[in-house]
Amino acid sequence: MTPRLAVRQTRARLWRITAPLAVGAGALAIWEAIVRLEGIPPYILPGPMLIAETLWTDGPSLLGSLLVTLRITLAALAAAAVIGGGIALLFSLSRVLALSLFPYAVILQVTPIVAIAPLIIIWVRQPFLALLVCAWIVAFFPVVANTTVGLNSADRNLLTLFRLYSASQTQTLRYLKLPTALPYFLAGLRISGGLALIGAVVAEFVAGTGGTETGLAFRILEAGYRLAIPRLFAALFLLSVTGIVIYLLLDALSRLLLRHWHESAIEEENE
Amino acid sequence: MRGVAKRFGSGITALEAVDLDVGRGEFLGVLGPSGCGKTTLLRIIAGLSEPSTGIRRLSLETNREGYASAGRIGFVFQDPTLMPWSTVFDNVLLPFRLARQAGAVARERAAAEIRSVGLAGFERAYPRQLSGGMRMRVSIARALVTDPDLLLLDEPFAALDEITRMALNDDLMRLWDSRRPTVVFVTHSVFESVYLSTRIAVMTSRPGRIVADLPIELAQPRERALRTSPHYATLCATVSRHLAKAMAAGTR
Repeated sequence: MTPRLAVRQTRARLWRITAPLAVGAGALAIWEAIVRLEGIPPYILPGPMLIAETLWTDGPSLLGSLLVTLRITLAALAAAAVIGGGIALLFSLSRVLALSLFPYAVILQVTPIVAIAPLIIIWVRQPFLALLVCAWIVAFFPVVANTTVGLNSADRNLLTLFRLYSASQTQTLRYLKLPTALPYFLAGLRISGGLALIGAVVAEFVAGTGGTETGLAFRILEAGYRLAIPRLFAALFLLSVTGIVIYLLLDALSRLLLRHWHESAIEEENE
Repeated sequence: MRGVAKRFGSGITALEAVDLDVGRGEFLGVLGPSGCGKTTLLRIIAGLSEPSTGIRRLSLETNREGYASAGRIGFVFQDPTLMPWSTVFDNVLLPFRLARQAGAVARERAAAEIRSVGLAGFERAYPRQLSGGMRMRVSIARALVTDPDLLLLDEPFAALDEITRMALNDDLMRLWDSRRPTVVFVTHSVFESVYLSTRIAVMTSRPGRIVADLPIELAQPRERALRTSPHYATLCATVSRHLAKAMAAGTR
């Protein structure tokens, strides 16, 4: 790599970070200015400064709630990965099973979670489990759909080659179909990460204080009732950050696993 | 094979009444226009596809179902058909791995095969880091690693540039010369088939039939100088004439 190219790449990377940050800072400044100039009361729209202050004072208690929501989210994501992957595997092994069950997976996916969450909360007595089931229902579908496509995308000639060498079904799965499906699975998981958080939040909204621990979603609801709008914004901020962090972690995982061979994970500078 | 025909469900007749004998250690070039059923012919020889009528017999070691034992046949596709997630070494080791024999002996064999196709030092590289010609070499190494009795090549160099292609022709010649497996090499290049083959079968299209069977009597081993020799030019002209006749017959 020539030094000039290196400089250009460093500059490009710097831009990728600074440009969005500048836009964000500008927007916050305008927001703060409007709130101050117009004299908007904090129970309608608090300024970013006040939100930051609230985040600092209410932080510890909000973080405790965040942990509750995060536990549900991560458990739901893990369940989506394992059970979703398992369902896709079953689908790829049996065409009959796939044809007969896939429509029901779609039905489960398109039914609004808000509508069935109360039922689940009644049926599943254990509150944590009930919330987990709700979040899982929202999150599992992308993994199933993507992984199923991936498992059926193995290169035809490689399949022929495996037949020529009398490979067993297990070997074909292990050496050919699973590696082919990995990028698809990871792409599904990245979508599921965001959905698991949404599912957890929606479930908490519906469940209220069903459990002994209150999650972040309930704190938002509560803050809204009490017109504690700055705290509502602070909780919202934490929720967004959590979503972003989950996405970034899954993206990093994907890059790590695919770094040697998949186009999506290869840096341009290698070309 | 005797009277082999292949019809697909779609009503297309890919092969019709093909009689073909390939002797042990022969290098048979199958030459014909694209879409003349050459690939189908190879798949039937490999046992990947059953003929609609006629018989196919292989005098190879067979397993209980009457198919050639795994590893007795090597197959090289038009594309390198490598596993992108595996290193060169793991790609070449695959046939042993599928036979559950990926022990120290197999590893040594795979390493030796990679050396013999001139890729020493690239064992740990991934396919995407290699050029098209190098990927094809990996594919050839994988086909040869089990020391097959029968090597089937389906237009393996069609997608490569002329220079790479010539280099690979010479390498293939050398590899064949040192072990003498039976080779069936499908191509649509007259020059390539004459340069490599000990015999050429010319095919027509729709339905695919073998219309000419020409022995190519050239001294072994063949070297680059041959490409410019008058004798080679005469042979190429003869084969071209047969091909032209076959194509005229096919379009009638």
